[in-house]
Amino acid sequence: MAKVTFNTDLCKGCGLCVSACPKKLLVIAEDQINSKGYSPAVMTDMEKCIGCAFCATMCPDCIITVEK
Amino acid sequence: MAVVFQKPKSLTDLPFHYCPGCPHGIIHRLVAEVMDELGIEGKTIGVAPVGCAVMAYDYFACDMIEAAHGRAPAVATGIKRCRPENVVFTYQGDGDLASIGMAETVHAAARNENITVIFVNNAIYGMTGGQMAPTSLPGQVTQTSPYGRDVNHCGWPIKVCEMLSTLEGPEYLARVAVNNVKNVNAAKKAIKKAFQNQIEGKGFSLVEVVSACPTNWGMTPQKALEWVESDMLPYYPIGVYKDRSAAKEDAK
Amino acid sequence: MAQRILMKGNEAIAEAAIRAGCRHYFGYPITPQTEIAAYMAKKMPKIGGVFLQAESEIASINMVYGAAAAGMRVMTSSSSPGISLKAEGLSYIAGSDVPALVVNVQRGGPGLGGIQPSQSDYFQATKGGGHGDYRMIVLAPASVQEMASLTIKGFNLADKYRMTAMILADGTIGQMMEPISFEDAEIETYEKPWALTGTNGERKHNVVNSLYLKPEALEVTNFQRYERYKHIEQTEAMWEEYMMEDADICVVAFGIASRVAKNAIVAARQEGIKVGLIRPITLWPFPKAVLNKAADQVKGFVSVELSMGQMIEDVRLATECKRPVALCNRCGGMIPSPDEVLESIRNAEKGVF
Repeated sequence: MAKVTFNTDLCKGCGLCVSACPKKLLVIAEDQINSKGYSPAVMTDMEKCIGCAFCATMCPDCIITVEK
Repeated sequence: MAVVFQKPKSLTDLPFHYCPGCPHGIIHRLVAEVMDELGIEGKTIGVAPVGCAVMAYDYFACDMIEAAHGRAPAVATGIKRCRPENVVFTYQGDGDLASIGMAETVHAAARNENITVIFVNNAIYGMTGGQMAPTSLPGQVTQTSPYGRDVNHCGWPIKVCEMLSTLEGPEYLARVAVNNVKNVNAAKKAIKKAFQNQIEGKGFSLVEVVSACPTNWGMTPQKALEWVESDMLPYYPIGVYKDRSAAKEDAK
Repeated sequence: MAQRILMKGNEAIAEAAIRAGCRHYFGYPITPQTEIAAYMAKKMPKIGGVFLQAESEIASINMVYGAAAAGMRVMTSSSSPGISLKAEGLSYIAGSDVPALVVNVQRGGPGLGGIQPSQSDYFQATKGGGHGDYRMIVLAPASVQEMASLTIKGFNLADKYRMTAMILADGTIGQMMEPISFEDAEIETYEKPWALTGTNGERKHNVVNSLYLKPEALEVTNFQRYERYKHIEQTEAMWEEYMMEDADICVVAFGIASRVAKNAIVAARQEGIKVGLIRPITLWPFPKAVLNKAADQVKGFVSVELSMGQMIEDVRLATECKRPVALCNRCGGMIPSPDEVLESIRNAEKGVF
């Protein structure tokens, strides 16, 4: 059981978290635009998250909080 | 549930101004995490460079000073010699440290100045818009080497760790990368050691972080990290180039 | 009677700095100021201070910048070509509002020039040297005693106004030996809440910085700094007047040139010429008011300088060109003789400028 929270407004949509996720659970939400004008990264299936924090490790903007 | 990962306390709340996918943010976070873990934020004084990381003084929550281009090791020397009880680090890019500030770098290392140097090598001048750096690879296309870096015309890239390792002075020289999770975790260990060395009074510790510049390399962030692996790391191999204390231990 | 010690000018600066509480010196060897570094190298380790020979003048001024930001009384010393290299750091120190003391024991220029005395860094010291809108307090000693007392004064002023104070000396006074006293020295101390000490978790982080990407913010910062400069111009100008009460001719000279000028003035008085001297002690702030007042009294000025004529421009500005100003000068390491100055005074008396 793990929980990943994104500070979505600060996401720049770089996608480094997307490629870091070993479970391929993250996507760039092309249909969304945050206050900075970027399409942010979103979690598609929290149930499957293992809380490895790989996404947060690669996030250059410190916007990901991981709980486990 | 417990929080296993969050923004470190040694960073301020200010969002980074860096381009999307710029690893400066990762490296800032690693330095801040190390400050948190060692409990030294309150006694640390950081020296920001001229370059993309110029506004690092706004991001680190410890006391900060902004140095002239390349002079961070001299500024850090001035601070550390006045306040040996404080922890002093510089955060510099390749143009800052290996071109205009090479003399300050070499001599701070030769003096074994008890400071920590975080050297971000992304093989390009980022802030000024992508010019050739002292660490740009042979053949690398930049704004000022539009036909690729011609080593016969403008010389070879400088391998800072290898060069400094010829000096008696420095305590610790390591090259790490931040192109994947494994390397980021290893980078943090090296950065932590570089700070611990200072706390233990061991002397000059430099961690060269091989990084990327997606914007000026003209690549997606993902592609840029792949290029670190395929092109940067063969020229700038990861490793510990000097560790005087470990060498002494081995000799026993 | 005050205890007097025989000291060399350069050593007097070093000893005065230590007495003023300076415990950090960063420098790079250059003639003719090496005695300062040598004195510091000997003394500092014995009093818990730091002497560090840097790899260059650029590095040394940036070490000064770091130490000043850390809240310390700190200094460096050099001579003309070395000051050019320090110009970058001087600009950053000004832009960051940290206090420092910089000594320039001038030699002839431009370029590598020579190693003999000169005053040809007047422009560099008083008009900038580094880039941007900024000022330095520039103190011009004319004796070994003043080398000491103005060094102490310089540290006080630097801390008071959070800026660089420069001792603009020359090779002659640097090498000269005279008896001096430290008994009247007044050491002032100032709180430095802006200094980098580590937050200790008790306050928001201090940032020492000269970067302002918003033009409005940079302009406001410069405006505020110039308010401070204006106050300094109104309150801190120092000068000496010599035989000015009845003078028809006013010689203006600082440093070693003023000593030569005094000899010439005594000789001219014996010839019946009513001549006096105004000696600026602060070159910035320049003692404009006293010169402007003198312009209403005398028929002309003679600026005596070891340069091609630099201070003369400030004399003309201060006197608003109300009276002619003649130049009596030597350069390249040469010093005008009393006879040369006397000749200029005679010409001025005759109305030849």
